[in-house]
Amino acid sequence: MFLIACPHCGPRSQAEFVYERAEEAVAYPDGTPQETLAALYTRANPRDFAWELWRHAYGCRGWIRMRRHRTTHEIAEIEAVGARL
Amino acid sequence: MPGAMKGYSALALLKGGFNGHKSWPRAWRAPEPKAFYDVVIVGGGGHGLATAYYLAKVHGVRRVAVLEKSWIGGGNTGRNTTIVRSNYRLPQMQTFLELSLKLWEGLSQELNYNLMFSQRGALLLGHSDSDMTRLAELGDSLLTNGIDAKRLSREQVARLVPLLDMSPDARFPVHGGLIQPRGGTARHDAVAWGYARAADALGVDVIQNCEVTGIDIQGGKTVGVQTTKGAIGADRVAICVAGDSSTVAAMAGLRLPIESHMLQAFVSEPVKPMINTVIMSRSIHCYISQSDKGEIVLGGDPDLYPSYSKRGIPMRIEEVAGQAIGLVPALSRLRMLRCWSGVTDMSFDGAPIIGKTPVENLYLNGGWCYGGFKATPGSGFVYAHTLATGAPHPANAPFGLERFASGATIDEAASGPQPQSR
Repeated sequence: MFLIACPHCGPRSQAEFVYERAEEAVAYPDGTPQETLAALYTRANPRDFAWELWRHAYGCRGWIRMRRHRTTHEIAEIEAVGARL
Repeated sequence: MPGAMKGYSALALLKGGFNGHKSWPRAWRAPEPKAFYDVVIVGGGGHGLATAYYLAKVHGVRRVAVLEKSWIGGGNTGRNTTIVRSNYRLPQMQTFLELSLKLWEGLSQELNYNLMFSQRGALLLGHSDSDMTRLAELGDSLLTNGIDAKRLSREQVARLVPLLDMSPDARFPVHGGLIQPRGGTARHDAVAWGYARAADALGVDVIQNCEVTGIDIQGGKTVGVQTTKGAIGADRVAICVAGDSSTVAAMAGLRLPIESHMLQAFVSEPVKPMINTVIMSRSIHCYISQSDKGEIVLGGDPDLYPSYSKRGIPMRIEEVAGQAIGLVPALSRLRMLRCWSGVTDMSFDGAPIIGKTPVENLYLNGGWCYGGFKATPGSGFVYAHTLATGAPHPANAPFGLERFASGATIDEAASGPQPQSR
């Protein structure tokens, strides 16, 4: 297990969070069929850092964007979804 | 020396007793890779070794190498809960897993290797009226397709597994069950060793400590692999590395419908026989069985986020132990001996991928989620057929990589393209 620094609640146990999907899995309404297919069904799935969407399901219930290492679980960057809007 | 396999038998064992068991030859050779093979199989787990065996045995393709980056059976083959069954809901899964189960039934004799295959039954418990409805549906589906299934009343379940908590205030009240009597368990290491020995005797080179670092593609065609033991040419390259499929497929520029997640398993100290079947549940994700050595083997949910770490999360240990004790309270007296974790290839419909890839002469066998062990013989059998003939066997025709684009997914859990919701 690891700690996730929720942008709203601060560092909390990973047990409170739910992995939602890889950021590359987001399908956009204006995407081509090929882009949508790729978003739904193909992944880089690296042994390295990847952008992911999580939810603080048992906390503030906010959606979070993070760049997390898929082997060490180190989180290099984290922010609330929509923080830059 | 290919073909020089010394048969294992009671008589040979008795003879060995007179010379301190010093006359046993090694079970398989340790060859250096040749420059070229008809088929190079990437991955020396049970599936890869089974593929090599059936290529040589059924199809006469004997210039075959199995490349394993570590030692054979050191990956997911040695990390599962050893359960074998074919009681799935969808007809494609049933046909394929029943082919596999039929191979299991004669496999110890065929390989001349004791796989300790024990058809002690695979029992699914129902904990509510709706569970029982779903079990009835599953049982009907299995019987319709010629697979054994028997619905059990609450009393029949209690007789079969007397240690289940049948009290009025049980945490998981048992309403009944559905058993596949031909299901059971097998010794997982022995499956890898048995296939390796039998494949080696047919001339297959089983090469350990040889990691594939690249896939050579010329003019759109796969022509070989780069390894830590040098370049190896091949007419066909067969990826068979579930857990790491994305990494190896990326060497050929492919992106797969796979995410890698952790799955844990646990084993207790060995005790005298107390559980004589495989216990599973329709409502909770908990598997309980007892190994021939006496250990209670437990499995549960995966860790539900992508990871290659091979380290499980403690909260899952607590959860699985809680569920197991809820079902069989006597387990609370046992000390846990080990827990471990493996990397599973979570495919995006929950079904495996076996077939061609968009790159010519490159084949893929992966995406086993947490259900690969039971499929080992069938997976090798149909993959060998696909590699030898260039076309899928009828049993793996529905499991091609192209099914995701065409919409013909095989979604046993009906949960959509999200690997963490299997």
